[in-house]
Amino acid sequence: MLYIPGNNPAMIQQGGVYGADSILLDLEDAVALNQKDAARILVRNMIQVIDFYDSEVCVRVNHLSTPFGLADLEAIVPLQPSAIRYPKTESAEEVANLLQIIEKIEDHHGLPHNKMTLHAMIETAMGVQNVFNIASKFERVDAITIGGQDLTADMNIVYTPDGAGIDFARKRIVMAAKASHIDVIDTVFPDVNDEEGLRKETAYAKSIGFTGKAVINPRQIEIIHEVFTPTEEEIRKAYRIVKEFRANSAAGIGVFAIDGKMIDAPIVTRAEYILRLANVTVG
Amino acid sequence: MKPKIAAQSGTFESSDVIFLIEPLPDNSGRKLEISSTVMQQFGESFKRIIVDMLDQYEVTDIHLIAKDKGALEPTIKARLETAIKRSLDKQEGTLK
Amino acid sequence: MLNSLGREIPEYIEGIGKLEPFQGALTKLRKGWMDEPTIPAPNRAYLPHQSKLCNSLEDAILRSNPHNGMTVSFHHHLRNGDILLVQTLTILHNLGIREITLASSSLNECHDPILTHLKDGTVTRIFSSGIRSQLGRAIALGVLDIPVVIHSHGGRVRSIHTGKIHIDLAIIAASAADCEGNATGSHGKSAFGSIGYAVIDARYAKQVIVVTDNLVNYPCIPLSISQNFIDLVVVVDSIGDASQIATGTTRITSSPMDLRIAKLAADVIEHSGFFEPGFSFQVGAGGASLAVAKFIREKMKVKGLKGSFMLGGITSYCVDMLNDGLFETIFDVQSFDAVVSNSLLNNRRHIEIQAALYANPFNSGCITNKIDVVVLGALEIDVDFNVNVITGSEGNIRGASGGHSDTSSGAKLTVVVCPSFRGRIPIIKKRVHTIVTPGESVHVLVTERGICVNPAFKELEENLRRAGLNVKDIHDLEIEVDQITGIPAPLEYTDKIVGLVEYRDGTIIDVIHQLKEK
Repeated sequence: MLYIPGNNPAMIQQGGVYGADSILLDLEDAVALNQKDAARILVRNMIQVIDFYDSEVCVRVNHLSTPFGLADLEAIVPLQPSAIRYPKTESAEEVANLLQIIEKIEDHHGLPHNKMTLHAMIETAMGVQNVFNIASKFERVDAITIGGQDLTADMNIVYTPDGAGIDFARKRIVMAAKASHIDVIDTVFPDVNDEEGLRKETAYAKSIGFTGKAVINPRQIEIIHEVFTPTEEEIRKAYRIVKEFRANSAAGIGVFAIDGKMIDAPIVTRAEYILRLANVTVG
Repeated sequence: MKPKIAAQSGTFESSDVIFLIEPLPDNSGRKLEISSTVMQQFGESFKRIIVDMLDQYEVTDIHLIAKDKGALEPTIKARLETAIKRSLDKQEGTLK
Repeated sequence: MLNSLGREIPEYIEGIGKLEPFQGALTKLRKGWMDEPTIPAPNRAYLPHQSKLCNSLEDAILRSNPHNGMTVSFHHHLRNGDILLVQTLTILHNLGIREITLASSSLNECHDPILTHLKDGTVTRIFSSGIRSQLGRAIALGVLDIPVVIHSHGGRVRSIHTGKIHIDLAIIAASAADCEGNATGSHGKSAFGSIGYAVIDARYAKQVIVVTDNLVNYPCIPLSISQNFIDLVVVVDSIGDASQIATGTTRITSSPMDLRIAKLAADVIEHSGFFEPGFSFQVGAGGASLAVAKFIREKMKVKGLKGSFMLGGITSYCVDMLNDGLFETIFDVQSFDAVVSNSLLNNRRHIEIQAALYANPFNSGCITNKIDVVVLGALEIDVDFNVNVITGSEGNIRGASGGHSDTSSGAKLTVVVCPSFRGRIPIIKKRVHTIVTPGESVHVLVTERGICVNPAFKELEENLRRAGLNVKDIHDLEIEVDQITGIPAPLEYTDKIVGLVEYRDGTIIDVIHQLKEK
């Protein structure tokens, strides 16, 4: 997910060329307090006109507790981007309130309630505590993400490269997402020049269950893709597993072996997930 | 509508445009100072967008300076709308 | 008369002569020889132990028979740090010499001061591969009566062979030279690396002056230019601004857009069918074009692929690849930084080549005839894949033909890389302002919004589509860009012709009309 500051026309108009899976147009932290109106109007215009090709468009609005949040929603919701990202989400009540407001705007414009989805950002200790409720209670919430920088600030700790301070938060957020069957996106890696560091952190995020990672510079996209995309070897194995599973199922056999290893339901599920990621169908 | 306060929008970055608005007394007319790095190629349409939007907001007296660095149309319109609203003291959802 | 690309070319121009229209990139080569006769090299004799040293540049020029209507030539290896061209013209002007033909292999911003000599009749004709800055603008607005001739690097050699450019005086700046005129650019405080563009001047000019700020003990090694062609030698305090000539290393761009385009271009090369062991490779000196080398280098390492030679326009990045063992040889006609000069001096596999060997089409095969993959830039490209690298969107002359048409004529795969628009100006057009390289020489265009393959190369297109690359019809992309930027108002021109764009074979591929100033 490529973060693009909402008040930067040069970056917005090029947003779609980098092959990012999704783009986040940011009206919140990336925009100065006295430019919130400028960014809102710019993003509103750009979404309607600029082609972002295959990248999904997400907009991060300001929190409703600020003077800007409501105006952001009123301008952006009618345009129905792929998703709205809500910062510093702390409770299910907050989400319910937010959704009410969104639905009201949608009603006003004759729009359905089930197209645009919501990403909740968990950036505070309270948010981490309440994350399962936030993630599970609402159909429109289809992803949660961790905001590492704000979280370390809220916790009053210093950010370290090994991420030790936010490790529990990461894992708890992932667990909530898994239990709710939604996507979970890791925080940005700020050092744009450290490709090795990015690779390591992304690999770690993947290993503990994150399904994506935020990037702040297009150069980081390829590394994220490399880490998250299954290898040819993995795909080939997965293909074989699913193919044999389907053949065996048809013959009424539930559990079978490949190369002497037992293949049971969880392994088949993982194989199917890999094929989905790789966009491969079993003929 | 009458611009009440001096206002500005946009940045000096490439692909952006700066609009500076100064209110003028009644019946001063529209004083437009328009410059652009792509004046030759897009000057006409740039001017037209400005005039159209001033018409839309029914602004008859204004001193407007525009410095463009190759902004696309949606950007020009966004920046102009922002400047006009700020000068009308009508912008919402922001800190002044 | 119309040439084969539909551009109107006059039959004759006062001060230039009869013109021949472009009829295809390889048409004139198919004959197997050049129709135009070549002129003999100058005829001289020197007594033993005769001193060539002069007290000053002015002294040397005085001794070289300056006269009205003379042609004076320079090389552009000093890039934007050159001071000798301006100094020479000033001296000639002060001597009362007028109607000079200037034949510098290229012109840069540092040459702007000679604009006054274009206005006062000191310089009346110009042959160059590139013109920029204020000179470019003034010429576009019609400061000269006789059109300038823009030629390629290979075409300049041809012109000198045929006497079209008939050099009376060649000024050859060298970062090291000896008292007999053996000269090189490969070492010295003002080192600039290869002196490849100057060799032909040394051979054919009636008088040749070597100017150096570093007189070494005889003999000067290597003998990039040898003494048997040199008439006079001058030692000056400085041949130019070293910091502008060839500094440090060349960095790969960090612009996300350029990197994106470069990555896509590398993908295209990888799946083109030409990314094979022993392939030869040429990239530009900066921007997206150079960045392609970074991605190709990575791919070569992953695949364990070794190439044969690199060509050009060489930057330190190419030297790194040579030292990595990814390529066997570098053929260097122009060196862009200090690392390159050093490598040229010390590595026997880093070979200095002259422009004739590099790109002259009329010989038994120049190196551009052998190149596999070349990555080039563009100021504009049209739906027929014709490329403009000489005139900008505001109508100024601000680029160079250089090796563009030379390399693309020979490459098995010519990849043009550029953004689809710059500022708000579309780069992909229905028709370019000025054609320098004909579309038939361009295989594929890579932009950030799509890859377009010249329809003449169906197999390449299939390869790229099969690899899942974002291949689009160039007409579609052109329309898409128009919708993003809006359609620019066209520039206005007069009927006066201010420039001729000469293809490498001497035919005229396009003309530049005088810009109407608003």
